[in-house]
Amino acid sequence: MSDEAQTIPGLGAPDDTEWETVVGLEVHAELATATKLFSASPNRFGGEPNTHIDPVSLGLPGSLPVLNEKAVELAIRVGLALNCRIQPSVFARKNYFYPDMPKDFQISQYDQPINVDGWLELPSGKRVGIERAHLEEDTGKTVHIGGGGRIHEAGYSLVDYNRAGVPLIEIVGHPELRSAEEARQYVSELRSILVAVGASDGKMEEGSLRVDCNVSVRPTGSDRLGTRCEIKNVNSLRSLGRAVEYEARRQIDLLTSGQAIEQQTRHWNEDDGRTHALRSKEEDYDYRYFPEPDLLPLNPSTEWVEQIRHALPSLPRDRRLGLAEAAPSVDVDHIALAVERSMDELALAAISGGGAPERVMTHIVQNLADGSGELAPESLAELVGMEEAGDLTATQAKKVLAVLVEGGGSPQDAAQTLGFEAMDTGELESLVDSLIAEHAEEWSRFCDGDAKLTGFFVGQVMKATKGRADGKAVTQLLNSRRG
Amino acid sequence: MRFGMGQQRITRAECAHVAALARLELTDEELDRFTGQLDELLDHVAEVEALDLEALPPTMHALPIANLLRPDTPGEVLDRGEVLAQAPFAEEGQFRVPPVLGEAP
Repeated sequence: MSDEAQTIPGLGAPDDTEWETVVGLEVHAELATATKLFSASPNRFGGEPNTHIDPVSLGLPGSLPVLNEKAVELAIRVGLALNCRIQPSVFARKNYFYPDMPKDFQISQYDQPINVDGWLELPSGKRVGIERAHLEEDTGKTVHIGGGGRIHEAGYSLVDYNRAGVPLIEIVGHPELRSAEEARQYVSELRSILVAVGASDGKMEEGSLRVDCNVSVRPTGSDRLGTRCEIKNVNSLRSLGRAVEYEARRQIDLLTSGQAIEQQTRHWNEDDGRTHALRSKEEDYDYRYFPEPDLLPLNPSTEWVEQIRHALPSLPRDRRLGLAEAAPSVDVDHIALAVERSMDELALAAISGGGAPERVMTHIVQNLADGSGELAPESLAELVGMEEAGDLTATQAKKVLAVLVEGGGSPQDAAQTLGFEAMDTGELESLVDSLIAEHAEEWSRFCDGDAKLTGFFVGQVMKATKGRADGKAVTQLLNSRRG
Repeated sequence: MRFGMGQQRITRAECAHVAALARLELTDEELDRFTGQLDELLDHVAEVEALDLEALPPTMHALPIANLLRPDTPGEVLDRGEVLAQAPFAEEGQFRVPPVLGEAP
């Protein structure tokens, strides 16, 4: 692996403006059904090994698959949300020998998938083409148990079939992403859509959302695609960004040193921050696909598709537009973040309840990363109102907010309990005057224009009031006293 | 219509490749026999291909029905102990199999 020895992992995005990164993603999402795709055992994450099994998921002789209606409905929801054409489809057998599928084939859709030709819009407004989004069954889980350190003992593997037969939707995007960041945005947006339509829980850490990425590079301005490598084992958005950056860098280094890219499947290693060759194109498997004779074609009626379309919830893109309209001066990234955290409804309600949009959004973005808990929209609006009126400082408002998230209630009560009653102007004035008298030397330097002393006096006031005073009001007072 | 009899549509090597993909071990005699049989099958496919079928809708399945769906209602699961008792090897509630390294193909 001499090619890998030359590169240092963890480099930032390739800064060469002469090269362009091209990324196409295949995303597998487990569908949120109660049962498996072709049988009635439960579709549930975890559980004791081999307790969610039945004759179909074990591939026992004589067992026959029957398609889950809910899985089809969820696949259609995804297809519609991704602007796909819903078409008649058939299932096929993908044949391979590996103990994760006891019947030695996986049932998937091949040349006639249910959803084709769609697109997804990134928060930036860029549209990325979707080639297809098809149904297939998940495989079992294998764990390798080592051979006790002795070379002649090769160890063995243990297999759990709880996941075998869980419904998946595989979403294949066109290679239209141009950076690690765009790849991250794409997966993030896709995940939001899958969660919004109720198709998947979108949990990458539990493996219910899995990403394979195809990466290639080409000279900037070229319209030909370079030789690509497929990267597997990318288990988080962060890994996705790192893996794409590393792989693009590796390929650019190879090409600039006069070497060629070999079409390969590569494995992302989170620990060393590199991708490693798994197998080359020559070793690519011939899956001998053929139509699954045990399943009938699927041809959803127009009425059913339209019924599903009308029941679709509002999609992230529309929700961003809605929130941006209510909070026009707020940064688009913050709007997107609020929608991603499913806090756009809270924001909209607080804003329509009279809360200043900027302050509402500041709390959502900065102070509610862990959820809104018991916070009611009207309380958020009221809290923002108290800040606007100068009754609470930003620091105090944050503390009040934490109380409201924890146990609900009104911001007035919470502020009172915390002792955050607004300081009387007269009280603040007499405090400032006594501090000026106490620190005559610092005061004269402040009057001579030493800006550093502003901080000194504000600090003294905060100390004396235990943080109750509003920093801005103190600064104004100091300036007016200077005359 | 037959395309020149004796013109092979599948070679012995191709047949051996397909057998290897299916993990089938064939003797030389079997390989000869199956190559001949597959060749005849492909001859038949060629006959169908030669027909003008433009006006006919494609047949997606031998049965003239579609959309056989099952409600998403959980049913019975198999007893793990009973299942694993029939496996050649089991350990910790799982099937024990020869070592598999790397990812599924």
